[in-house]
Amino acid sequence: MAKASTSKKAPQKRSTTKKSQARPSDTLTAEQKLELFRWTLMTRKLEERLTNLYRQNKVVGGLYRSLGQEGETVAAAYALHKDDLVGPLIRNLGALLVRGYPARDIAMQYMARGGGPTQGKDLNVHFGDVHTHGVVPPISMLGDVVPVMVGIALAARMKGEKRVALTYIGDGGTSTGAFYEGMNLAAVWKLPVIVIAENNGYAYSTPTNRQMAVDSMVKKADGLGIFGITIDGNDILAVYDAVHEARERGLRDEGPSLIEVMTYRRKGHAEHDMQKYVPKGEIESWEKNDPIDRYIAELVKTGVATKEQLEAITQEVTTEIESEMEIALASPPPNPSITLESVYFDPPLAEDHLAPYRETS
Amino acid sequence: MSTVTYLEAIRDGLHEEMERDESVFLIGEDVATYGGAFGVTTGLKDSFGEERILDTPISEVGFTGAAIGAAMMGMRPVVEFQFLDFIACAFNIITNYAATTRYRTGNGVPMVMRGPMGGGVRGGPFHSQNPESFFFNTPGLKIVAPATAYDAKGLLKSSIRDNDPVIFLEHKYLYRRMKDDLPSGEILVPIGEGLVRKKGGDLSIITFGSMVHRSLEAADALEKEGIHAEVIDLRSLLPFDEALILESIKKTGKALIVHEATLTGGVGAEFAARISEKAFEYLDGPVTRVASLDTPVPYSPPLEDMFMPSTQIITNAARKLAHY
Ligand SMILES: Cc1ncc(C[n+]2csc(CCOP(=O)(O)OP(=O)(O)O)c2C)c(N)n1
Repeated sequence: MAKASTSKKAPQKRSTTKKSQARPSDTLTAEQKLELFRWTLMTRKLEERLTNLYRQNKVVGGLYRSLGQEGETVAAAYALHKDDLVGPLIRNLGALLVRGYPARDIAMQYMARGGGPTQGKDLNVHFGDVHTHGVVPPISMLGDVVPVMVGIALAARMKGEKRVALTYIGDGGTSTGAFYEGMNLAAVWKLPVIVIAENNGYAYSTPTNRQMAVDSMVKKADGLGIFGITIDGNDILAVYDAVHEARERGLRDEGPSLIEVMTYRRKGHAEHDMQKYVPKGEIESWEKNDPIDRYIAELVKTGVATKEQLEAITQEVTTEIESEMEIALASPPPNPSITLESVYFDPPLAEDHLAPYRETS
Repeated sequence: MSTVTYLEAIRDGLHEEMERDESVFLIGEDVATYGGAFGVTTGLKDSFGEERILDTPISEVGFTGAAIGAAMMGMRPVVEFQFLDFIACAFNIITNYAATTRYRTGNGVPMVMRGPMGGGVRGGPFHSQNPESFFFNTPGLKIVAPATAYDAKGLLKSSIRDNDPVIFLEHKYLYRRMKDDLPSGEILVPIGEGLVRKKGGDLSIITFGSMVHRSLEAADALEKEGIHAEVIDLRSLLPFDEALILESIKKTGKALIVHEATLTGGVGAEFAARISEKAFEYLDGPVTRVASLDTPVPYSPPLEDMFMPSTQIITNAARKLAHY
C-alpha cells in the first residue's frame, strides 16, 4: 500500500500558461480586473463576517469557508458570459456574488431568515434561479450537480442557444459515480460543460492521495476522452484564461473541459473542524501563496491600480457588507405557515395534516 | 375508435405529447434506433429525430440528472428506465434533487420517469420489482400506476403536462395483454383520481396496476357465491384518492388492500392507516392486506407463483373478510 504522504507544499510556479502567448485576460480592461478583485475580496470579507455571525450563534447550521481558494471560484464565474449557467457548491460563495446575488441573501440563508431566497427552507448557498441569475441550485449530495449541468447544457443546445454550463467540484467529489456518469454523458454528447476540479488538498479530513490513485485529475479527463488541464488555482488571471478557453472550445462543439485548479483549503471542512489532521507548517506555506495577496501584487506591478486605490475598494466592500448585514439581521425568521407551501405546483396535499397543529395553537 | 394495447397506448401518448409540445423529449437506453427494450418507443425516432429521442450511455444517475437540468431550463423530459428495477440506481438524484427543488427554490422540475415494472413474466429478482414504495415516502414526487390501455395513455399525457416530477409505473405484464378501444381525440386522466371498476356493497377491494385484473377476477368468482365486492382502481398512488376509498369503506365497512409489491412497508400500509384513522367507526372487520411475500422476487415459475398474490389468494382473503 502506498504511503499516505500528506505534505502539500505550495507550488513555486505561478502559472502554467506561457507568458509569451497572448492570453484572454490581456483583453480585460482595468475596470474588469478591478471587478475581479472586488468580488474576490468581497467573498473573503463576507465569509469573515459570516464567521462572526456564526460565533454569535446567529448562523443556524454549519459555516463553510473558502479561505485561500476564493480566487478560482470568482475568476471562473467571471469568465462566463451573462447567458451562461453556473452551479456553485458550498465553497463557491463567490460565484453567487459574481452572478448578482447580494451578500444579504447569503447571510439570510445562513441565518435561516424568512427573507432569504429559500425563505428558510434550505441552507447556505443552496439556492439559485436559472431564469433570473443563471444559477443552478445545488444539493448536498456531491457529484449530482454534474449531470444536472449536463442537462442544462443539453437543453440550451436543444433550444439552439449558445450557452455553456460550469460547475465546481472538490477533489473528493470527483470520486463519485455521479461525477463520472455526468462527465461521460457530456463527453459522448460533446456538450459545453466546464468543470472546475478544485484540488484543495483535502476532502473533509481525507487527503487527495487517499481520494484518488491518479497524480493528476487530467488523467481522469483522459479516461473520459475530454480536454483536461492543471493550472495554478491561486492565479486569478490564469483561471480566467483557462475558463475562457474552455468556454470557446465548448461553443465550438468540442465538448466538456475539466480544469484542475491547484489550490488549498486553509480552513477546516467547516468552522467546527479543528484541522488536527493537517501537518504543521502546511497552512502557513499556503498563506504565502494567497490568491488575493498575489492579485494585489500583480495589479500594482502591472499598473492597473495603486495600493491606495485597492485600499479604497477594500473600504467600499467592507462598508457594503456592513449595510448588507444590517438588512439581513433585520429579516425575521420565516412564518411557520409557509412550511407546507410549494411541495408541488398544485396546492398542498397534506392540508389535513395541519388540523392537530391548529388545535394546539 | 381503434383497438390498442397498453403498450401502444403509451407510445401514442408519447407521440401526441411530443407533437403538441416541442419541449417534450425522450431520454434513455436504446430508446432511439432500437425502440426500447419492449418496443414502447418504436418509430418515435423516425417521427422526431435523434435530437428528441436520445440514446444514452448506461448511466441512470447521468441521464436522470440531465433530465433534471433540462427540466429546470423549461424542457419536459421523459426518462425511460429500461426496467424500473434500475430506477434504484438513480434513487438519490430523484429523491434529493428532483423532489426537493420546487420546495427549496420555487422552480419545479417537470419530468416523467417511466419504464416497465412488475412480475409474472419470470424476470427474476432484478427485472420484476414494484418500486413504488421506495418513492412513496418522498414529498415532491407523484406516482401513477395505470391498469388499462385507456389509463396508460390518459395518465401519461397528464404526467407529461404536470409541473412536477412524476414516476409512471408501466406494468410489463399488461403491455400486450391489455387492450382498449380508444376514442380518437384527447384522453386525459387526472392524476390523483381513482375509479370504481366494479360496484358492490359487501367489501371494498382497494388496488391498482396488475392487481386490478386479479381483483376483478376474484370479485367475479365471489359474485357466484353471493358476495358483492367493490373494486377500486386507485390509478394514482401519490397523491391517492383518499376520498374515494373512504366513501367506499363507509358503504361496505370492510377493506381489502391488494398490491403486487411486497407486504411490509408497502403502500397498502398507508392506505390501511388512513382507513383506520378516518373511517374507524364504519369498519366491520379488520383492514386486510394481500401482497407479495417479503422476499426478493424469485425466478422459477413455482416460486414466483407462490410469491405473488394469485386470483385464488385474493378470492380467499375477500371471502374471509366478507364473512367476518
Ligand atoms: C455524496 C456525499 N457524500 C458525503 C458528503 C459529506 N461531505 C460533504 S463535503 C465533504 C468533503 C468534500 O470534499 P471535496 O469534494 O474535496 O470538496 P471540498 O470540501 O474540499 O471543497 C463530504 C464528505 C456529501 N455531501 N455528499
